[in-house]
Amino acid sequence: METLGHLAHGFAVAFSPTNLLWCLLGTTLGTAIGVLPGLGPALTIALLLPITYQVAPEASFILFAGIYYGAMYGGSTTSILLNTPGESATIVTALEGNKMARSGRGGAALATSAIGSFVAGTLGTLGVAFLAPVVVKFALAFGPAEYFSLMVLAFITVSAVLGSSSVRGLTSLFAGFVIGMIGVDLQTGQPRFTFGMTELLDGVDVIIAAVGLFAVGETLYMASRRYAGKDEIVPLKGSLYMTAAEWGRSWKAWLRGAAIGFPIGAMPAGGAEIPTFLSYAIEKKLSKHKEEFGTVGAIEGVAGPEAANNASAAGVLVPMLTLGLPTSATAAIMLSAFQSYGINPGPLLLTTQADLVWGLIASLFIANVILVILNLPLIGLWVRLLKIPAPQLYAGILVFATVGTYGISQSPIDLVILYLLGAAGFLMRRFDFPTAPVIIGMILGPLAETQFRRAMTISNGDWSVFYKHPLSLTLLTLAFIGLVGPHVWAFIEHRRRRGPEHVPGDA
Amino acid sequence: MLNRRRFLMSTAAAGAAGLVASHFSPAFAEGAPQIQVFVPAAPGGGWDQTARTMDQVLRSEKLISGSQITNVGGAGGTVGLPQFINQWGGKGNSLMVAGMVMVGAIIANKAANNLTQVTPIARLTGEFEALVVPADSPFKTAADFVAALKADPTKVPVAGGSAGGSDHILFGLIAKTVGVPAPSLSYVPFAGGGEALSALLGNQVAAGISGFGEFSEQVKAGALRLLAISADKRQDGIDAPTLKEAGIDVELFNWRGVFAPPGVSDADKAAMITLVETMAKSDAWASECKNRNWTSILLTGDDYAKFVAEDSARIEAILKDLGLA
Repeated sequence: METLGHLAHGFAVAFSPTNLLWCLLGTTLGTAIGVLPGLGPALTIALLLPITYQVAPEASFILFAGIYYGAMYGGSTTSILLNTPGESATIVTALEGNKMARSGRGGAALATSAIGSFVAGTLGTLGVAFLAPVVVKFALAFGPAEYFSLMVLAFITVSAVLGSSSVRGLTSLFAGFVIGMIGVDLQTGQPRFTFGMTELLDGVDVIIAAVGLFAVGETLYMASRRYAGKDEIVPLKGSLYMTAAEWGRSWKAWLRGAAIGFPIGAMPAGGAEIPTFLSYAIEKKLSKHKEEFGTVGAIEGVAGPEAANNASAAGVLVPMLTLGLPTSATAAIMLSAFQSYGINPGPLLLTTQADLVWGLIASLFIANVILVILNLPLIGLWVRLLKIPAPQLYAGILVFATVGTYGISQSPIDLVILYLLGAAGFLMRRFDFPTAPVIIGMILGPLAETQFRRAMTISNGDWSVFYKHPLSLTLLTLAFIGLVGPHVWAFIEHRRRRGPEHVPGDA
Repeated sequence: MLNRRRFLMSTAAAGAAGLVASHFSPAFAEGAPQIQVFVPAAPGGGWDQTARTMDQVLRSEKLISGSQITNVGGAGGTVGLPQFINQWGGKGNSLMVAGMVMVGAIIANKAANNLTQVTPIARLTGEFEALVVPADSPFKTAADFVAALKADPTKVPVAGGSAGGSDHILFGLIAKTVGVPAPSLSYVPFAGGGEALSALLGNQVAAGISGFGEFSEQVKAGALRLLAISADKRQDGIDAPTLKEAGIDVELFNWRGVFAPPGVSDADKAAMITLVETMAKSDAWASECKNRNWTSILLTGDDYAKFVAEDSARIEAILKDLGLA
């Protein structure tokens, strides 16, 4: 097979001692910046762009790819241990991961996330190497109408995080819509909910919102309950790594996560967040341990989303390498690095720069191996963080959240927003409103709105685009089944048990 | 304290990223000045690349001993601009990178500050825009596109960058010139070049407008057809007419240039113009421009000031037509 030959050649490029060193440097740096909220891979690579004046193209792309994959690994660590997501793709990881960490299974959560990332990252990279031309065709078939239908499907996932009261959950979701709408409207250029503040024109960063609501809100809540003697953190219960049962529950979730993450990541407007939502919802639906979700933490809820975000990170490289399409901030900056070498990334990249592209793909495999080797032994160290007495630990989280937020844009306004949302998060916890739907609303709301309005602009106001496109219709049907199916099923079960003549009034 | 160790580690890593970036090329040229460059955008974008390429060329030409780049991003540069005006005033060794996008953002955001409050030094580069269609589109020439637009503008959805940006402005100018009312246009804004490109490749829209560089590789590969470019004259190696040649009297460069803060002395201003002019005429700058698809359109001092004023007026008029100002 031709691809295998190319890949072998790629490994020959990547295995040179200097390139291995660049890979090691990149993965280490990537893990570190993934840990710090705010400093993401896009910004790090942008700051490192001048390196392209000094080193060979292969070396700098291997470095950048290492940073990119490393950040995906590192981002989950703080989500799990400190409830402080480092990247938007690891927000969902915090939901179950942090619950696990509090009940003494932090080591297992970190292990399933590292190994799941490795498995999904490797599968995703194999996908890049072998399936790219096929996947990209499928991805391009996605227009605004299809994206909107995908968002509708993703909204169904919200029900998985609504918590016990749907009224409270939906309130949170709509609060998220409002926050997500702040800023200049992309379609018309008009400012919305900015109250005349220039700093709000670009909207509220979703990381700041997640850190504010989760980490700061939680810290304030803990401080207020300091002497109530509740919510004790158990640093470690049982084995540090995963038990056999946890392996058994993880591996299917990894594979499902990878299967969801890779194709959505390859879609030009897919992103890494939506696959994590979908994966979480699916794992919760399929799990035999539903009672663990939201209480002691279910390992599937960490394994699936973590695999999904790493597979989607690989997916993003598909349109970039096959068509020269930058579909994420990181990919866009990597493309501008191509340009500083006078290489024009486009549909011909794979043929004109075969060495570079296959070297890059090979180094992704190597980066994955280095990352899992780097991250597994660190777990023992990370878990010890939880042994720190609560006051110091939470003070540390506050410092960490503040520094990270300031790092995003060096804007004092962002700090004000962080603490305002932190106060909101505290009140929400106090009055038992779930915070996760706010974040989901913030991410999905504006995306759905934009795609809907784009679809309507293109179709000149004709609604039929949503059901005349077969892909879009399929997605909407899936969403409908996801929404109505469980109720219909419950109704049928109910009737069967109670007999057909009695129709309950509330059904 | 593990959390502190971890915190320090990440901070160190962040610092390391910065260090590698700023000290990768050693400073040469003893005695040459240090300059400060203010970029009112996040790292990685066009203005930031302009600043970093300037830094690279100025250093390799031994015109400066080093430079410090400050990024204050947000809202098309209108978050950074007040800071440059208020906090950098009188600093003779400082430059801000800005361009047409900021002119548009100032008008659309109704910003309190504008470019008449800073000191124009030089217009450096421009990227002309391209009008493209998918390879199997019925439009073979710009005239076909215009005919369809005149027949029913709502049936011709055009993809481009954010509302009120250079792509939208060019579409508005084209429509105005051929006599199609701006409010009837069907413009589909996309956040990044990649998304607009995929909408074109997936045949979701009828045509696309963006910087030529965004489309050039797809055109070369035959996935898109280039109908016209917005340059002032035909370009070597580009097989397409200018809009003017195609009978649409519009010319547009998405220009980028540099400004000194308000209140700098005439001597500082003159020295800065000389410095930037020397850089812009060097071979190193020419080759960087070629790599990045930038057209060098050098214009300095008072001529540049006049140009900025004229361009602002033109953009304001078209944004009003489009309902954005």
